[in-house]
Amino acid sequence: MEKTTFIVGLDGSETGARALAFAKDRAKAIGDCTIVICYVIEWSPFTFQTAEENAQRHKRREAEIAMAHERVLDPALTMTRAEGFEIEGIVRHGDAAEILDGLARERGAKQIIVGRVGARGLKSRLFGGVAGRLAATASVPVTIIP
Amino acid sequence: MSKLFHIFAGLIACMLPSLAAAQEAISLDERINGIFADYTGWYVSFIFAPLPGTDFSWIALWLVVGAVVFTVYFGAIQFSGFAHSIRLVKGDYSDPNDAGEVSHFQALATALSGTVGLGNIAGVAVAVSIGGAGATFWMIVAGLFGMATKFTECTLGVKYRNEYPDGSVSGGPMYYMVKGFQERGLPLGGAMAVLFSVFTILGALGGGNMFQANQAHAQIANVVGDYPGWITGVVLAILTFAVIAGGLKSIARVTEKIVPFMGIFYVLVSLVILLINYDQILWAFGQIFEGAFTGLGVVGGFTGALIQGFRRAAFSNEAGIGSAAIAHSAVRTKEPVTEGYVALLEPFIDTVVICTMTALVIVISGVLAQDPATGLYIWNAELGRITTEGDVGGVALTSAAYATAFSWFPVLLMIAVVLFAFSTMISWSYYGLKAWTYLFGEGAVKELIFKIIFCLFIVIGAAASLGPVIDFSDAMLFSMAIVNIVALYFLMPIVKRELHSYRSRLRSGEIVKQPK
Repeated sequence: MEKTTFIVGLDGSETGARALAFAKDRAKAIGDCTIVICYVIEWSPFTFQTAEENAQRHKRREAEIAMAHERVLDPALTMTRAEGFEIEGIVRHGDAAEILDGLARERGAKQIIVGRVGARGLKSRLFGGVAGRLAATASVPVTIIP
Repeated sequence: MSKLFHIFAGLIACMLPSLAAAQEAISLDERINGIFADYTGWYVSFIFAPLPGTDFSWIALWLVVGAVVFTVYFGAIQFSGFAHSIRLVKGDYSDPNDAGEVSHFQALATALSGTVGLGNIAGVAVAVSIGGAGATFWMIVAGLFGMATKFTECTLGVKYRNEYPDGSVSGGPMYYMVKGFQERGLPLGGAMAVLFSVFTILGALGGGNMFQANQAHAQIANVVGDYPGWITGVVLAILTFAVIAGGLKSIARVTEKIVPFMGIFYVLVSLVILLINYDQILWAFGQIFEGAFTGLGVVGGFTGALIQGFRRAAFSNEAGIGSAAIAHSAVRTKEPVTEGYVALLEPFIDTVVICTMTALVIVISGVLAQDPATGLYIWNAELGRITTEGDVGGVALTSAAYATAFSWFPVLLMIAVVLFAFSTMISWSYYGLKAWTYLFGEGAVKELIFKIIFCLFIVIGAAASLGPVIDFSDAMLFSMAIVNIVALYFLMPIVKRELHSYRSRLRSGEIVKQPK
């Protein structure tokens, strides 16, 4: 039987951890599963920066990725592996909803699991949060964990 | 970091009494002016010297000739490659694995925030009030040619930049002068790089700093009433220091976000004014074409219009100066040519779009006096320009033209001028710093010394009316172009090779659009 893949969006928050816990539950029930946890660093190629920031950008990007691994992904990976699950961690820059959906298509995932985060700030009020946008646009089923 | 602020605040505090005294006793200004004029006057006269028998400075011709040479050499890349440039900025060819790195759009926006500024507002008014509507035509022509210059210098900027082990980058003409000349087996690359760096530092302190601070203060004083310039200077210096040395990214981010919107808003307001007067747009273009070839009564006729237009374009979009090559070199790309493509949009946006908007509004608003019988401009020989409503020139003329449609515009223009000046200063502090570290090496202390000097010059620029000092630094800015364009002539075969290789891979399908 083909391996089932779940994409889990992690953001270092409590709900993110609950999303991972839900994925583990499902994996246990299904059996042969891979959990892919993804931390997205919000980034847009269409922002405005100073020349100095541009010159430092590559260095900062590396630091951001290292920090995401160290603070969020690695602890989750270690813990989940210790529990006997097959798991992989990915850090990407971009729009969280687009990245998670893109990753789901790339890996042929069965579903995306994300935590519901209350609308923060004007942008998410106007355009909807990550979970809302995923629910509306994703190409695979989405489970939103309250 | 707070220690830094204490040092800087202390320096400012030490300067205040002398600056205040300088305000009262104008003799200090005059003394500095005198000394500067004595020692540097000859150089300034040399740089801005007119060609024999005209009042067309040879340096403007140098920039325009360079632009024409690059246009011909690269087969009018600004037209044949325009659509591809837009696709690159949109990110159509960006590798998704590079997400999080500096995008083409970001590099373009950063470079633009250094060039869009007083030139687009005040400079155009000067050109149109001396050269008439026809100056606009030649400004657009020169802007279109300048796109090829930017293409050449920014491609080289990315190709020969330095990438350090810690991941940061440094690039610009000094790097392509050294490495490019070495690659072609040419001598003197190192000497040119040193010369260019010296000019860049002095140009950054003057045109990229004192002139901006000075004009920002003049514009605020124009709206709120006169007050001592050092106050504006100290506020701007503290804000700038907070951004460039204190790492107060929030101020930088706010400015970098507001400035583009100010630019877009400025264009929108211009479009609204043009729409309101839609019945006059054809007439205005008629004036621009007729004036381009007859002058419509301006002194010097056809050449009068041409000189003003060419000069304005050359001085506004900085094509050939070399500054853009520094700004663009931070982009993450495997193909240096792509950054050249993106950079060629800069003179288009700066000169062909924004400067033209200003010019059209000035022409349509009717602030330039015309003889109703002949349609020719009424010349004010005393001021050496066309008679205008309220007899104003420069930024005040732009302000008056826009105020004919929107009475609140002068206040908005004040905010725009101050913000443009501030963002230009931040950009130039970086260009100056790169030249400084090229000469003296990288290091926190060395960099801090430059940043402190830079901020002190802001205070001086705003407080004093140092005409000869500013003239000298303007001359430095254009001296950068002399060295830079010479280097570009020698290195353009390398750019051509890159371009051919890129285009053939684009055709063969090796380089493809990224799926969305």
